[in-house]
Amino acid sequence: MKRNLALAAMISCALFAGACGSDDSDDQSAQEPAATATEDGGGEPQGDTGPVSEFFVQEDYDTQLAQRDIEPEGDPATPWLQMIEPEMADTSEYKAKNASGWNLCFSNAAVDNPWRQVGWNTMQHEVKLHKEIANFKAVDAEASDDKQISDIEELANGNCDALIVSPNTTKTLTPAVEAACEKVPVIVFDRGVDTDCPVTFVHPIGGYAFGVDGAEFLKENVDSGGKILALRILPGVDVLETRWSGAKVQFDDSDLNVVGVEFTDGDAAKTKSIVSDYLQREGQIDGVWMDAGATAVAAMEAFEDNGVDIPPFVGEDQNDFLTKWQEDGLNAIAPTYSNYQWRTAVLAAVKILKGEEVPKEWVLPQPAITQDTLADYVDPNMPPLHYALCGCEDMPGYPQDWGGK
Amino acid sequence: MSATTPDAFETPVTSRSERVRKALVGTAPIFIVLFILLALIAIENPNFLEPPGFLAFLKRAAPLAILAAGQYFVIVSGEFDLSVGSIVTVVVVVAARLIDDDPSKTWPIIALLLAIGATVGVTNGLITTRLKVPSFITTLGMLLILSGAVFWWTGGAPRGALPDNFREIGRLGIQDFPVLEQLPWSVVILLVIGIGAILLMRASFGRRLMAVGDNESAARLSGVKVENMRTIAFVLSGLSAAVAGILLGGFAGVSAQVGQGLEFQAITAVVLGGVVLGGGRGTVLAAMAGALTLEALFTLLNLYGVSGALEDTVQGIIIIAAVAFASYRLRGAR
Repeated sequence: MKRNLALAAMISCALFAGACGSDDSDDQSAQEPAATATEDGGGEPQGDTGPVSEFFVQEDYDTQLAQRDIEPEGDPATPWLQMIEPEMADTSEYKAKNASGWNLCFSNAAVDNPWRQVGWNTMQHEVKLHKEIANFKAVDAEASDDKQISDIEELANGNCDALIVSPNTTKTLTPAVEAACEKVPVIVFDRGVDTDCPVTFVHPIGGYAFGVDGAEFLKENVDSGGKILALRILPGVDVLETRWSGAKVQFDDSDLNVVGVEFTDGDAAKTKSIVSDYLQREGQIDGVWMDAGATAVAAMEAFEDNGVDIPPFVGEDQNDFLTKWQEDGLNAIAPTYSNYQWRTAVLAAVKILKGEEVPKEWVLPQPAITQDTLADYVDPNMPPLHYALCGCEDMPGYPQDWGGK
Repeated sequence: MSATTPDAFETPVTSRSERVRKALVGTAPIFIVLFILLALIAIENPNFLEPPGFLAFLKRAAPLAILAAGQYFVIVSGEFDLSVGSIVTVVVVVAARLIDDDPSKTWPIIALLLAIGATVGVTNGLITTRLKVPSFITTLGMLLILSGAVFWWTGGAPRGALPDNFREIGRLGIQDFPVLEQLPWSVVILLVIGIGAILLMRASFGRRLMAVGDNESAARLSGVKVENMRTIAFVLSGLSAAVAGILLGGFAGVSAQVGQGLEFQAITAVVLGGVVLGGGRGTVLAAMAGALTLEALFTLLNLYGVSGALEDTVQGIIIIAAVAFASYRLRGAR
């Protein structure tokens, strides 16, 4: 113990000056970006939204914006079966030898957020609707690329008749999916992979459309020069990067003043603190853009707790947000990332094993919930973290199995 | 350290003025740092000087300050408690699921939550003191067990909801309070716990606990039940984590990430307050001031527009610098 203390004291001699020095320089370097931030943010009507994301692809952006206006094919009553501009592909080579007794396998990236939980729940119910599926083997990668790579390998080498993959990340999972494609028909949904080997890739229109839906709403509803706060979950995730980079294009091309782009880690307390700080620092915030709605209610509460009216708000189709929007008569929009794609993935697998054709890229509709459609989606009997676009309302066990009353 | 002499537990041998002087010298640095940070915040954001602005800050800092008070008891007795962050998460997730938006269940469940905190504390204490597992390992294990259990129970996303009367504790306060407009409940609770902790440390319990951390064998020889004292410290820490969880759940609502990293923030706060790792030194007031300082620093960084990602880095620098500073001072004193 004595020796440890002496050692610590020795190190401290060296550290003491250095540590205090680094504290000082920390403060200084902290001040510098602040100075530039106020110059950029406060001085001119257009805020500084930062550099263009390395994930931004103009072509995809244009495609997604165009797809928003295309009428999807199929029955609007079953949007999970609708498709936008499908290029149908023949799947007869994958037709199962038996008409039933199929083994369907699923490598899931994670169930670590309410959106994935609702989807996963819906997916299990969808499987039950198909008597042909004898076994449904699902493995949760717990948001780890490494685990998902070995999960996919294991499943592909097992006796799966078809493999559904919801990749954790795009680039890292691509080789694993490519290897699996050689052994079993693969259905990818949600995040994509950098290969066209899967039989079909199921996804809603995409992140750019999501981000632009919200940004356009703010452009229409916030007065010129209004102060916008953008809240993001975390950097570096492609599906979230596209949402922000899409919105950024819109904001840069507007006279709105983006006073801050902050990362919340999806943490409600942190979100609330950030919004409170901005309210105190800026005096007022005229609109809030978010790349996901999980902490939207916490962000709104920050306005309430500061005694300020809630400005135009971008959330998502999470039920707590929709409920608050309706009850408090707010001005808001909820872009969605159609949760019913979890159903579609199973339906695609069934079609493939029956040898029916599916689109090579199955683009699902991605409606944004607006004031006009809010009443159709909000449901006070469903739990706060339920997602309105689950597409699960017609399933046996609804609403109890989704936590509803 | 006169307080550690075997016969000193019941009656302090130093005079009152001497004790006050020592306490002031011991806690002065952290209050100076805190004052400077608060002044910098006020320059950046003048609203901060008005009661509502400052109270909003205290309200936000209250859970961490309460955690720091709990952590102080454990650290001063010579141990660590890494499980507090996961207790906070457990408390919030369990509350949401069991109360499920039914206001009539709020108070019984709050009692249950406190019991959970205390139970985890007792378990940590017994494993550390009776099974002789170092507390670093015990509470790290507890952290993993609890976060795993939460994940298993919720599947990653919590279910249920917290009713308004539960949320009110962490979110609202006494309305129309003279001068302050609104006195947040969290600030009231923080004050009560702070005063309680200071009184506890001044009582014979506090001196015994200090002795356990300063020199275990000497304390044992003088008849202090070392194992019991440490177990009680863990219980206090577990209880403080439960209270912090109730406040955080109230402040921001249900989240399965709410407690992440709080254990390190609490330890940083205590260390920043000048409480030496390894036990036997420092005051609980300084530990709580350390929490306010840490929160002030985060607020300032946010006001300066520094990325939130740097918070961890800053925390790391602080914890090393503070311990280095403390041991430098100790060496000087000896």
